[in-house]
Order: sequence, then structure tokens, then C-alpha cells
Amino acid sequence: MRLPKMTLWRVIFAAILISGICATYLRVMYGLGGSTNLSDRFPWGLWIGFDVMCGVGLASGGFTLVAVVHIFNIERYKPILRPAILTAFLGYLFVVVGLMYDLGRPDRIWHPLVMWNPHSVMFEVAWCVMLYTTVLFLEFLPVVLERFGWSRPLEWIHKISVPLMILGILLSTLHQSSLGSLFLIVPAKLYPLWYTPILPLQFFISAVAVGLAMTIFESWHSSRAFGRALELPLVAGLAQILAVVLSVYLWLRFLDLSHRHVLALLTRNRVETWLFGLEIALMLAPAVLLYSARIRRRPGALYGCAVMVVFGFIANRLNVGTTGLEAGSGTHYIPKWSEIAVTLSIVAVGFAAFRAIASYFPVFEPVDGPVHKEGAEILEGSEVLSA
Amino acid sequence: MSKAILYDSTLCIGCKACEQACAARWGMAYNDKIAAEEQISAHKLTCIQTHGEHFSRRLCMNCVQPACASVCPVGAIQKTGLGPVVYDASKCIGCRYCMQACPFQVPTYEWGRRLPRMRKCDMCYERQSRGQLTACAEACPVGATRSGDRGELLAEARKRIADKPDQYYPAIYGLQEAGGTSVFYLSAVPFAQIGLPANVPREALPDYTWRVLEVIPGVASTGGVLLAGIWWIAHRRAEVAKAERERQ
Repeated sequence: MRLPKMTLWRVIFAAILISGICATYLRVMYGLGGSTNLSDRFPWGLWIGFDVMCGVGLASGGFTLVAVVHIFNIERYKPILRPAILTAFLGYLFVVVGLMYDLGRPDRIWHPLVMWNPHSVMFEVAWCVMLYTTVLFLEFLPVVLERFGWSRPLEWIHKISVPLMILGILLSTLHQSSLGSLFLIVPAKLYPLWYTPILPLQFFISAVAVGLAMTIFESWHSSRAFGRALELPLVAGLAQILAVVLSVYLWLRFLDLSHRHVLALLTRNRVETWLFGLEIALMLAPAVLLYSARIRRRPGALYGCAVMVVFGFIANRLNVGTTGLEAGSGTHYIPKWSEIAVTLSIVAVGFAAFRAIASYFPVFEPVDGPVHKEGAEILEGSEVLSA
Repeated sequence: MSKAILYDSTLCIGCKACEQACAARWGMAYNDKIAAEEQISAHKLTCIQTHGEHFSRRLCMNCVQPACASVCPVGAIQKTGLGPVVYDASKCIGCRYCMQACPFQVPTYEWGRRLPRMRKCDMCYERQSRGQLTACAEACPVGATRSGDRGELLAEARKRIADKPDQYYPAIYGLQEAGGTSVFYLSAVPFAQIGLPANVPREALPDYTWRVLEVIPGVASTGGVLLAGIWWIAHRRAEVAKAERERQ
């Protein structure tokens, strides 16, 4: 018996998990009051602003790539489809975990199944999360079935794969945008740089952008972690699409601000102005850089741009979900250490789970290469699909 | 007929009898320490506030089209035909969207409890269903808080402003706020000066969301057909290309 090697990352990972366990104890024993800095004036904090809103967004690589590969039939992206679906599936599972911390009564998380209120955006989000997590499970299931060589269930799943994928894309579209719609009801609270009737549209487009960025991000990381070569032409192609999506997004945000006559707010020296500037800068820089073919040829630069988009996206969701609401709620909110500990633990476990699953299941196996298992052939996608 | 409450700040003497009656009605503790708190909270569902020489009172506005009820994912909050906006704690999952959505920052939460509930005034729903006044109106010694028929109270408020225009700020708070509420305020000074939110939209808040939600079935069905169409074309093209390659 040998102890696992101590590396810096493992020490950090362990420290995060221990703090997360302490925070979980606080949450369970002392409720939301003992484990968060939330108040009657500020009912949503980091667990909604980051764990839910960013978790769902960062998982959007799944539906983006499913659309690219299976609907638009651009087959060359197939090698990075499975990691994207895995990320999405894990992302959604961790959103549910985050919700279990944030809900006052996590034991009643199933209530929206039987108690309906179709006028509530939250109701729609709840149903979309449940249904799409199921769809992602079914989309990832073939990887598991392949690993064990079970070909019969593979055939069944394959029969429903096209409607399943279309359903998945629709559900994602609906609820990526619904996360923006959640805030339509707070016109007086949310700072005018962020409050707009087109929040749902902005949320959807930025989700597509961050889905592409996350795919680049995880391709780069897994190429290092698993000692594979980065699929550079593929990733560069995604980066090119990303540049276009980002440009559309930024143009839309500019039009929105100017149409609502709030551009003058940018001259005010307020914390909101700076946070808004940060969010836009993190999106604008990669949008410009990624138009250059020279940048797109360099893995490091591609990775840097993807990271900027991810952080720009996180900044946006946190601004809409927390900081942009502070002034309007007449209060200040700084997350308690336990809120941060839970969030970091969820992210850390996410990374670890991805790594474990990717090394055990054929997530990165060349799908286009010679077929090595009976069932794998069925997964060969389009040819069978259209047969 | 729909019920309402009329609170006249110019008549209020700040005796806090309404606070005490409210606490008794809910079975909540009430003592000097709680009486000194000038904010509503999960253990104090109405409060008297002092703003200079004026008093003000906070309680749930029981909106005509309540944002809280429209956002609740499980329908735990309902607007009753009688007027009160009621809450069923046994449905509540604790998402706190009602607190986020309320433009008056009324719903409060039992943050310290392991099995918490949202708390807010429900305009004494069960008392009013029996034809009684609200506990606060019954307790008020000077008639600063009155409960009764919404239309009649509104007429009364207008009459007071018309009779003594020099004593009243010429508006009724709650008439247009958030599309109309079931609690009306009269005041000698602009309402912001007695601590009421001044930036509440005039439009009913659920409409802001409904404008988006109502297009969803259309977007989803069009999107589904569109995606299926793109899928069919993309794969048909691949098939044709393959067949042509084979022929050559």
C-alpha cells in the first residue's frame, strides 16, 4: 500500500473539500441563516448567482455541439462531442446539488412535479432542468453501454436519438433564456445597465458563446491531462464561430443600451460601472483577438481567449444575479466563507468527476477510427441515423 | 366584494396597537424589544416606523396582481377573491423568488430555522372570511388603519384628500403602484419621505414576465420543426453526396 502522491493540486483539492464539509455541516445544522450572508433584503446570493446561473451556462457546450454535429451534420466535430455532453451532464447534476444547498426546503425539491404554476419562470426552469438532465443522461448513456459492450439497449437509445437531441436543444434554449427571464420581474431593483426586456435573448446568446468557450477550455485541459494532441483545426474552427457569436452578442448589448438611453450611466463613477466594464472587456478582447488567424493557430492563445469568455460570462451572471441587485435592494452582500466553500467544492468535485469518468469510459476514444466493439458501430451516427 | 386596508399616516399616533394585535393573531411573541424594531421580519409581520414627525406602517400590500404569487413555482402563494394574498407553507420549497420579486420587499424568511417558511401579512384572511375586521384595524384606537371594502375605502381616501387638501399630499399610494394594491396609504408628505418605495412600476409586474412566457409554445414548436428540417436537409445532402461518390 502506498499513499497517493502529494501534489500541490491534490492538497488544494483536499483543503477545498474539507472546507466544503464544514460548510455543509453549518448549512444542515444552522440553516441558511447560519451558513450564508443572505437576508430578507437580499434573498439570493452566490449559490444562485454562481452555482445555478453559471453552472447551467457553463454546461451549454453540450447542446451547442449536439446541434453542430448531429443537426447540422458537421461530422468533423464529433471527437469533441462526448466530452461536451459529459461536461453538460455533470454541470446539470451540480446545479441540482447547488439547489439542494440553496433551497430552504430541499426535501421538497420534487414539488414542482405535482404542484404547477405555469405563470412562474422558476416553474419552467425547474421542469427544463429535470427534463434536460434526463436527456443528457440518455445522451451520455451510450458511452457507458459501449464500455460494457451492451448492444441491445444501445439500439433502443439509438432509435429515439434524433427526437431526443432535438428535445435537448429546445429545452436548453428555453431554459438558458429563462434564467434571464427570472429577472424580468425586478425592473426597479436591477441596475439599468443590466435590466432589459431582452434579458432572455442576451442570456441565450451568451450561453452559446460560453458553450463554445467551455468546449475549447476542456479540449485543452483534457489534451494535457490525457497526453493527447489538441484537435487544433477543430478547436480553431470553434474559435472562429465563437468570434462571430461574441460579436453578435456585444453588438446586441450596445444596441440595447443605446435604445434604452442608458449609455450615459457609463460615465458615473459607481461600482456597477466598473463591474459592467469588466464584464464587457472580458468578452470584447477575445471577440477581437479570435478574428486573427495567427491567434487561432496558437493553442495557448486560444485557451487564454476561452478562459476570458468563461470569466466574462461568470461576471455577467454574477452581475445580473447579485451585484446588480444590491443598490436596488438597498443593501450590501458579500458571501460568507461557507457559501464560497460549498461553491468551490462543487466545482472541484466536478473537475475530479470529469477526470475519473473520462479515464474509465470511452469519452475520448476516436469515434471515427476503426470500430473496436460491437455496439460502437451503432453509435457511428449519421450513416445509421439516416438509414 | 374585494377587501382592502386604508392606512392614514396623518391620523396615526404611533401607539403600535396594530403590531401587538398582529402578533397576537399570528401567535407570535411580542415584547418591548420586538416593539422597538422598525423593520418587518419573520417574527414581526407589520411595524410602525418613525420618519421625523410622521409615522408610517409597513405590511403586505396584498397587490391586485401580486408578483409573489405569479413567480411562485409551486403556487404556494395565491390571490384570493376576497382580496388577501395567502401563503400555503406546506407547498413552499424555499426558493425565495417571492422575496426577490416583491417590489415592496415584504416577504421575509425564517433564516435561522432548519425547516424555514416565508412569512408575510395575509390581511387576516380567515378573520375577513368570517366577516370580521383585520386584527390591526380592530385594534387601532384612532382609526388610522381601517379595513373594509376596497371600493368604499378608496372613495373614503379620495374624500379625505378633497375635504382637507392642505393636510394631505394629493395622492393615494397603492392606487397605481404595481398595477394597484389592496393597501392604501394617505400621507401629509410625499410617500418616499415616510419610507415607501418610490420607484415601483405602475404596471402589474406579472405582465413583464408573461410577455415572454406566452411566446414560449410558439418558439418551441417552431424551433422543433426548424431543427428537424435542418437535420433532414443536412443528412439528405450527405446521403446524396455519398451516393454520387459511389456511382463514380
